[in-house]
Amino acid sequence: MLPLDLDALTGCLASSACLVTQTTSGFIIGMLLFLVAVGLTLIFGVLKVVNFSHGAFYMFGAYFAMTAYQFSGSFALAMLCGAAGTAILGLIFERVFMSRVYGADVLMQLLVCYAFVLIFDDVVRMIWGPEFKSMGMPAAFQVAPLFIAGGVVPPYYLLLIGVALAAAVILGLGLARTRIGKVIRAAAHNPGMVSALGINTGLIYGGVFALGGMLAGLAGALAAPVRSLTPGMGFSVLIESFIVTVIGGMGSILGALIGAILIGMIRSFGSLGFPLFTEGLMYLFMVIVLVSRPTGLFGKEVA
Amino acid sequence: MTELQAEQAAAVPQAEAGLQRSRYFDVLIALAAFAVLAILPMLTGSKALLDFVIRCSAFGLFATSLNLLVGYTGLVSFGHGMFFGLGAYGFGLIMQRTGVPVPVAFVATLVITTIIAAVIGAICVRLKEIYFAFVTLAFQMLIHSTILSWVSLTGGDQGLRGGIPRPAFFGIDLSNHVHLYIASCALLVIGLLLMRQIAQSPFGYTLRMIRDNANRASFVGIDVWRAKLTIFVLAALFASTGGIIMALFVSGAYPEFAYWTISGEGIFINMLGGVTTFLGPMVGTVLLLILNDTVTRLTEYYGIVLGIVILFFAIGLRKGLMDFVVEWYTQRRNGPGE
Repeated sequence: MLPLDLDALTGCLASSACLVTQTTSGFIIGMLLFLVAVGLTLIFGVLKVVNFSHGAFYMFGAYFAMTAYQFSGSFALAMLCGAAGTAILGLIFERVFMSRVYGADVLMQLLVCYAFVLIFDDVVRMIWGPEFKSMGMPAAFQVAPLFIAGGVVPPYYLLLIGVALAAAVILGLGLARTRIGKVIRAAAHNPGMVSALGINTGLIYGGVFALGGMLAGLAGALAAPVRSLTPGMGFSVLIESFIVTVIGGMGSILGALIGAILIGMIRSFGSLGFPLFTEGLMYLFMVIVLVSRPTGLFGKEVA
Repeated sequence: MTELQAEQAAAVPQAEAGLQRSRYFDVLIALAAFAVLAILPMLTGSKALLDFVIRCSAFGLFATSLNLLVGYTGLVSFGHGMFFGLGAYGFGLIMQRTGVPVPVAFVATLVITTIIAAVIGAICVRLKEIYFAFVTLAFQMLIHSTILSWVSLTGGDQGLRGGIPRPAFFGIDLSNHVHLYIASCALLVIGLLLMRQIAQSPFGYTLRMIRDNANRASFVGIDVWRAKLTIFVLAALFASTGGIIMALFVSGAYPEFAYWTISGEGIFINMLGGVTTFLGPMVGTVLLLILNDTVTRLTEYYGIVLGIVILFFAIGLRKGLMDFVVEWYTQRRNGPGE
């Protein structure tokens, strides 16, 4: 009943070329998921809401980058537009709408986000049309792929992995070492006290939401050259990054990184061994983690 | 026996008598509602109206069962639509592949739903609110993607095509439009009556207690996990019945029936009608279907309009329609001073 192709999987595990190719593609999936998931986990950690419309920021990042690239032809500008545009969008979204449902029950928060998933998807359909779009690989990266141990690795993949890892390091250090990082962590812990000490918590909340939106937008912009763009492209990414945060533990950046890489590898190698059950594998893994460690691999809070 | 115990002992039969009375009252209302619905085809020849009522039955059962979770138990499920899809696909597949009589397929679908809901519920109900919402959503996506990828069984993104055979049984021919209509109404009324009994039973009050204070419920000796799992499976059964009506109505099953937006709409129906009254979701269903039919006729950007309406209710009103009606009613009864 289950379509298995274990020969393909073992065959791949035995060949170094295939191993390298699959591992890189696993890293690509994982790193994009990490950027989305880390925003999700950050927003949850500080604001205590799960941004159900987070996938829309990923989608907007990709569309912004594509449009900027078509107008300017500059890849760097495209990335910047993707990230900055979604950051502004996140700030407005949080200040105008989300801030009204803090402390309300989960039902209201989910409904507001649900409304925006519908609205954003239709806005994209209105502006860019319902059909599949593609940004195309920038000329700077249209060079011969690298060969590592016989496996083909396009240079763009290395850039993507590098950018995501850099974001992880900057974020981790920034939260742990800088003054703003400390304020954010304090606000996550006890917003009333932070506010009493004369710090504008509304600004912190808006900033964290903008940062989360920016990371998702950056992921979308980075994905634009290698994925096809379509309205609703954010939703499956949202579900997968939620699975990542459940596995890694809500509120943990390291957890999001490890979870994302695990999911990336499951998707990449699973598509060889279980072509029709790849998504099922992901859910199965989530269930195993949830049952054995309900807080996730790196979570502290009891789920 | 102390005085207090004696008082309590006397109170129990009294409460039971009250419960009995309200149960007769519920049955009476249900019979009256069914009678009104049943004579509707004789009054009007409008096929569109009957179609509308059939769709209301399917979504009404689904939304009211979701309210058992959201409103009564405080479990905000964002994946309840999977059981709607499961009912439609389960019933359609059994009818297409085995050719058993309709009642057998109906029962078999409910048995399958029970098993799957018990497995998914056992994993989900121990989670806290937002985790519960998203993990149920994740399971919904799993079922949806399974339907899409298991083409040999489900027809993939084309759905179950070729029509669902609907052989007559006990003189009921579901391929006849009026018969299907009466059967849907009967299922709706029976389903609502059963759910009402669940909500008003001691078990229903246990659920409310869990919603208000789960720790306290567990201190007084209630197995919270088991109670939540029970209501999760029961709600899944009614949602599945809604899916079966839908499959009978369109004579097929499509992946959209199992897509997450069905769950989102279910949540919104509950919000729209109000979760504090039993019939709130039913009112919400009628409103949403009317809105749906009007908007899709006017514009292709259905999502924007629906989204704005949702925002208006979630941020602006913060209450459902029936909540306002109930408020207005109690205010009128208690006089303007209250």
